[in-house]
Amino acid sequence: MPAVQETVDRVKSIDVDQYKYGFVTDIESEKAPKGLSEDTVRYISAKKGEPEWMLEWRLDAYRRWLTMEEPTWARVSYPKIDFQDYYYYSAPKSSGPKSIDEIDPEILATYEKLGIPLRERDILLGIEPQSGSRVAVDAVFDSVSVATTFKAELAKAGVIFCSISEAIREHPDLVRQYLGSVVPVTDNFYATLNSAVFSDGSFVYVPKGVRCPMELSTYFRINERNTGQFERTLLIADEGAYVSYLEGCTAPQRDENQLHAAVVELVALKDAEIKYSTVQNWYPGDKNGKGGIYNFVTKRGDCRGANSKISWTQVETGSAITWKYPSCILRGDGSQGEFYSIAISNGFQQVDSGTKMIHLGKNTSSRIISKGIAAGRSENTYRGQVTAHRRATNARNFTNCDSLLIGDKCGAHTVPYIEAKNASAVFEHEATTSKISEDQMFYCLQRGLSQEEAVALIVNGFVKDVLQHLPMEFAVEAQKLISVSLEGSVG
Amino acid sequence: MALLEIRNLHAQIEDNQILRGLDLTVNPGEVHAIMGPNGSGKSTLSYVLAGKPDYEVTEGEALLDGQDLLDMDPDARAAAGVFLAFQYPIEIPGVATMTFLRTAINAQRKTRGEAELSTPDFLRLVKEKAGELGITQDMLRRGVNVGFSGGEKKRNEILQMALLQPKLCILDETDSGLDIDALKVVSDGVNALRSPERGMVVITHYQRLLNHIVPDVVHVMHKGRIVRTGGKELALELEASGYAAYGQDAA
Repeated sequence: MPAVQETVDRVKSIDVDQYKYGFVTDIESEKAPKGLSEDTVRYISAKKGEPEWMLEWRLDAYRRWLTMEEPTWARVSYPKIDFQDYYYYSAPKSSGPKSIDEIDPEILATYEKLGIPLRERDILLGIEPQSGSRVAVDAVFDSVSVATTFKAELAKAGVIFCSISEAIREHPDLVRQYLGSVVPVTDNFYATLNSAVFSDGSFVYVPKGVRCPMELSTYFRINERNTGQFERTLLIADEGAYVSYLEGCTAPQRDENQLHAAVVELVALKDAEIKYSTVQNWYPGDKNGKGGIYNFVTKRGDCRGANSKISWTQVETGSAITWKYPSCILRGDGSQGEFYSIAISNGFQQVDSGTKMIHLGKNTSSRIISKGIAAGRSENTYRGQVTAHRRATNARNFTNCDSLLIGDKCGAHTVPYIEAKNASAVFEHEATTSKISEDQMFYCLQRGLSQEEAVALIVNGFVKDVLQHLPMEFAVEAQKLISVSLEGSVG
Repeated sequence: MALLEIRNLHAQIEDNQILRGLDLTVNPGEVHAIMGPNGSGKSTLSYVLAGKPDYEVTEGEALLDGQDLLDMDPDARAAAGVFLAFQYPIEIPGVATMTFLRTAINAQRKTRGEAELSTPDFLRLVKEKAGELGITQDMLRRGVNVGFSGGEKKRNEILQMALLQPKLCILDETDSGLDIDALKVVSDGVNALRSPERGMVVITHYQRLLNHIVPDVVHVMHKGRIVRTGGKELALELEASGYAAYGQDAA
């Protein structure tokens, strides 16, 4: 695995607490008035040119949100958020769906800096170095989707891949049928907020029996100061369909905290399979804990049809606060849910993340592999729930939660909730907590590895079971990211 | 110039004085055996030379090719040519042995300002050396030392030594936990690395290893110092009389 060497070069090339993606793009943007009100909701809906039913849906969510309380059960602490102090909509001026040629060159340059090539023509002409398979990208900049690549080629296969705004206009029937069907409007405080003010995100529909011909990917970037990003992703795999979807996130380095509250809904019908991978690298704040993204995300997949399968893989390295539990509702008989997670916290980051596997159908199975790595003064909690409904005969779950501590000022916590209402359910839970031992470090150093190389090697070994579930290109990227995130954690 | 020159070395761990004025000179091409009762400081000497944290040198010096070894970080010592074959090799789960070997070789090459070994060259080299030690491809794919038998772990140490080509090999009780057949394989591996430029310090409690790795010089260590030095016949004498002559703390 030559990535270890690359990792080290990469670590060397950056300063200790310098976040690589922390630059700001200087473009003119158009923002909603600061704060949240019915007017804000109407403003967003109007900007998007939405039909009446969508506006009503948003307003209903907003009114319900007003009656809700911010949840406090997670093991994270932060100053109370003033929801009136954020901008709920920010778009690069003169935005809207358009061809790649019309995109502001500044935005294109931003994505190029981030290593996300949007110019599919260049890729096709072989100008961009292409290693593996091609990936179709939807790029979301602050509140709007700025470009979706490979649309034509996907359309040939019958796959719809576009921004959610466009889907609301172009495919209203599909959106109305599925939006909010997995994460109901009133699901939780942040999901309800998102339902009211969601700005953009991706929409995917893979028709019956179609295997999506390429990886789909969305890239989220928060650029504007004091902006909340509320993306909404809806992904439907019709009967017998297969799709693999990747999500990447970064933000500029800012002193104030930025808010991110996304909702992702996945629907897998009979015999369908969805693989959803996330590499989350929002700005985590500086070494003193100042700034960083507050990340409150609701992600849920519904295995609605028999023998369907949903697999979540996440690599979480960024954000000041992470509150995130990608879950599976195993409704269809014989359906399967998987959750593979690497959550790394360093500095003053706080992570409360895990999953829920809700077994409703017969012969459903789920698998959870969670690897938490805490360094610096961070707190890293795995919170997981596995339940079997009384009709869920032969439900099976296997859970393995391992935590690795680096240093003695961080914390790792495991909070499993297990509930079986059917006597035939078999749930297994394994958990370990370990430290990188001095003996392991010395052994590596004695063979000539530097401190950074040794930590990178040991941690990459620790997370190997999860890394192998990521698509190839992302596995290499994630491996590098892990090492960079742990920079300065030893010595 | 001597390859390794240790003068009046004093070292302690958590206020326990273990090395108390040790002198040792190893010239290029020589194999020195260090024998002695348990608790005499043999393993401590190996850790101090390799730079293990927690061991504090309070007095004296150790020079490798005239360079101050004690002033260097452990990884720099490794790159300078110090190799320690561990008595209890450490497990690193999830890291394939092959990956570990490659990372180590390239880390040392980089520190020395040399180019990385190309993949084909690396694979060829590993295949050759692993074959000589009876190390299978399967072992190379497994996590470092994870699920290895005692003999496999020791062979893996010698494989690393053969790949890294150190100037100074320190073998800490490499014979412990080995049956006769494994001892033979490991010893052959070590003997294959004997060369006019390379020095070796072989730490052992028992004479039996020295039947296979025949030393040029034998030292007896006691209470943190070398108390007797002789030829290979000294080991035979110790085998016959035991360490009883060296105090009550004999094993």
